[in-house]
Amino acid sequence: MPPLLNIENLHIAYGAIQALKGVSLTLEEGEIVTVLGANGAGKSTLMEAISGLVPIRKGSITFGGEVLNKKPAYEIVVRGISLSPEGRRVFPTLTVDENLNLGAYTRRSRKREVLEAKERVFTLFPILKERNRQLAGTLSGGEQQMLAIGRALMSSPRILLLDEPSLGLAPILVKQIFDIIREINQQGTSILLVEQNAHKALGVARRGYVLENGTISTAGSSAELKSDPKVQEAYLGGSALKQKHPPVPSPD
Amino acid sequence: MESIKPSGIKSIATSQRAQILIVIGAFMAYPFFASDYFIDIAFFFGIYALLGLSLNIVLGEVGLFDLGHAGFYAIGAYTTAILNTKFGIPILVLLPISALAAALFAYIVCSPVIHLQGDYLLIVTLGMGEIVRLALINNPFDLTGGPNGVFGIDFPSLGGGLFIDSSIEFYYLIWIIVALSILGLIRLQNSRIGRAWNYIREDETAASANGVDVKNYKLLAFVLGAALAGVAGNVYASKLMCVSPESFTFWESCLMFCIVLIGGMGSIPGVLIGAAFISLFPEIFRPFAMYRMLVFGSAMMLMMMFRPGGFWPRKRGAVEFRSILGAPGRDDG
Repeated sequence: MPPLLNIENLHIAYGAIQALKGVSLTLEEGEIVTVLGANGAGKSTLMEAISGLVPIRKGSITFGGEVLNKKPAYEIVVRGISLSPEGRRVFPTLTVDENLNLGAYTRRSRKREVLEAKERVFTLFPILKERNRQLAGTLSGGEQQMLAIGRALMSSPRILLLDEPSLGLAPILVKQIFDIIREINQQGTSILLVEQNAHKALGVARRGYVLENGTISTAGSSAELKSDPKVQEAYLGGSALKQKHPPVPSPD
Repeated sequence: MESIKPSGIKSIATSQRAQILIVIGAFMAYPFFASDYFIDIAFFFGIYALLGLSLNIVLGEVGLFDLGHAGFYAIGAYTTAILNTKFGIPILVLLPISALAAALFAYIVCSPVIHLQGDYLLIVTLGMGEIVRLALINNPFDLTGGPNGVFGIDFPSLGGGLFIDSSIEFYYLIWIIVALSILGLIRLQNSRIGRAWNYIREDETAASANGVDVKNYKLLAFVLGAALAGVAGNVYASKLMCVSPESFTFWESCLMFCIVLIGGMGSIPGVLIGAAFISLFPEIFRPFAMYRMLVFGSAMMLMMMFRPGGFWPRKRGAVEFRSILGAPGRDDG
């Protein structure tokens, strides 16, 4: 069976600047796959390309056997790929409820489905139910991140794209967010996770890719990546950790 | 934090209804107490209110900078002028046709540039407005009469030899159109389309990533805004009985922009206040006409300092020029 999401030789450029230079990756149904990389490696560009927010120069993105290259962003959401963008990007002047309603925008007036999706989001993030009538701008960073993920779930996607969900959050919140990511996955949503927090990301993901300067430099299962000396050096705190825990730095 | 339940929703609604009725009553009664001169001023207040409402769709609801709105106004006015003088089509029949012409023009002109953002779009629309004006001056196909414009436009005929030809009648015509537009726009604000517009204004990427068809909703805003400006152009042309390019300068576009900013982006009562400010202020201070720009500029500056959201900002999702996060704790209940 072909993978749910198949990206082949993807090239993206902003003017003369090449952001992605031939990225290939796959996401199977039910998997969590993580993409690691430093600032400017092209991680967010990759997410935006899948969502149809940036034009594709070369290569292809196939989702469930259908090529998404030329599809506008709103049609990609309808097909079942939803992005929780980097930096949360919730609407500060709207209430939590209104923010969630935007996530269900593609469902038009199918009220029952919208209510069910909202119920699911509230089960995952009970705090959002408490804060339902509050303006999103008054939420804490962690709550805003939860809202961003919740909003992306409102379209009941088959693939959830998470762009740096741990960005700027306190460690305890990071743990909570990652627990929920695992739970969302267990409920049957495939997840592509972009992270700088390699420990946590490899902890939940089955497989991972390392993106460097617009190309995939390393790929493998989470265990392989964790033990890869180059990955350790660059993303897992390298030499300092090796002295303390000689073989493999254990996550969590 | 518990959300604040709005207490006594009913009493608020009734007092609001009473206020609205008082305003409508005042508008209905006004011409019986005012001289023709002041009725005419109120007519132009209505024209500017309509223009403000039309730009408010583009600038206020979607946050698209459009400094060429006078171009759409001109298209509406000239469509009426030309079709009426050359073919004798009645003015009121031309009302929807002018709206359609302006809307079509907006669709054709804005389609290729709709992806531009912020100040880039501003420059393009500014250029568009100027091109329309210059084209009118150059008298293409001998239609627009060049710098002199088109003369001898009819008054709107109601049939049976009845014409809208006095100041009072024009006053009622424009304000009935404004009232109907407001009713339509309020419905639009609370609709799926209105919400999509506001999402785009607040964060285009997030809106797009959640399945809002950004490009087409932006285009729709331009088309509807232009159509309403075209309606204003139609009434304007028949009131003045002539149109000339100098009525549709860059300055007119600036005034419309100011109307929306003064009132508060996306706020319908705000637009009325802004239009009142723009149209009544110069009349009241006519003796100081030579200082008009000075006063006007200072007023804009003071407003940006003390009321950055406008005089009557929209309650929900009001856009302010300072960061919303700077003033937390607001709850729209």
